[in-house]
Amino acid sequence: MTALDDRPVSAADAAHVTTVTLKIRRYDPEVDPDANWQTFDVPVEKGDRLLDALHHVKWYQDGSLAFRRSCAHGVCGSDAMRINGVNRLACKVLIKDLATKEGQEILVEPIKGLPVEKDLIVDMEPFFEAFRSIKPFLITDGREPTRERLQSAEDRARFDDTTKCIMCAACTTSCPVYWTDESYFGPQAIVMAHRFIFDSRDEGAEERLEILNEKEGVWRCRTTFNCTDACPRGIEVTKAIQEVKRALIFRRV
Amino acid sequence: MPAAPAGTLYRGREGMWSWVAHRVTGVLIFFFLFAHVLDTALVRVSPDYYNRIMDTYKTPVVNLMEVGLVGAVLYHSLNGLRVMAIDFWEKGPRYQKQMTYAVIAVVLLVMIPGTYFMMQHTVEEMFGSTT
Repeated sequence: MTALDDRPVSAADAAHVTTVTLKIRRYDPEVDPDANWQTFDVPVEKGDRLLDALHHVKWYQDGSLAFRRSCAHGVCGSDAMRINGVNRLACKVLIKDLATKEGQEILVEPIKGLPVEKDLIVDMEPFFEAFRSIKPFLITDGREPTRERLQSAEDRARFDDTTKCIMCAACTTSCPVYWTDESYFGPQAIVMAHRFIFDSRDEGAEERLEILNEKEGVWRCRTTFNCTDACPRGIEVTKAIQEVKRALIFRRV
Repeated sequence: MPAAPAGTLYRGREGMWSWVAHRVTGVLIFFFLFAHVLDTALVRVSPDYYNRIMDTYKTPVVNLMEVGLVGAVLYHSLNGLRVMAIDFWEKGPRYQKQMTYAVIAVVLLVMIPGTYFMMQHTVEEMFGSTT
């Protein structure tokens, strides 16, 4: 347990501090083999993000709460979790958008489909393995050019959307197919493949398309659009997957 | 390894639920086809038995199931067109929500009067004709 913060709060600050209840899915296999819910009342200010509330729990109420976060500004992609039933980044959602009604609890759970290690921390290895399997690096033939590889603005625009990925796994773990079939590559790996397949400078498109043409590749996608809804960067994930499917059907990149 | 915490139901939106409904109606239609192939095959065995089986279908419950079947086939086929549009129409993924609502609208538009006409006979038999 961490010591409680009993510093006095100024009247001006206290005026707009309200209390919200977080209902967090706790899991610690060393203590209890079953996961269970624990609620915390957290004082929040207007404009606080869910991550601020989680910090309050960890720093002032229960230091044993485990979650990942790094940059805390929606760039590193560490704190993807299931918030009120949908995958979001804790650092990007505002409390005021979650607890819209008085006394409404905010549900916080780990992302689904990856093995939970503790509380909100999951083992990301299966996710990274899928990422590596689509060869997420530039593949070229022949001699290296003496100057940079140029590309027209139109060619760059083709894969602009999929360059935004921060690998938070919100899309992959929102996918009903991925929950039941962990050998499916998942939306993120396909997004990353899309980023290289449609890059005019890259020459590994055939290779990657072959990988995604496998049984556990793009054809597993059932277009539920959970991934598109979950992506904190606003990538049109399902659209990217469909573009890969079409590239495979019509053999045209 | 202990069972992973299951947690709550994922709150998917139009896309996820249209997929769930597509699966459910697909399985229901499969079960119908299974029974349908069996009872139709019976006509080759004995037309008399076939007629007797058909007579057992003339109940209010089966009538309700027929309405369900028409609804399931209608939804499954229209949503199938939606899925194809998502796959092959460049702008399909962007308009998937609108297409979902269009599918629901057509299903309701057909099924509300459709249910009336399909159930009319049964209701009149059970509660008496108004005319």
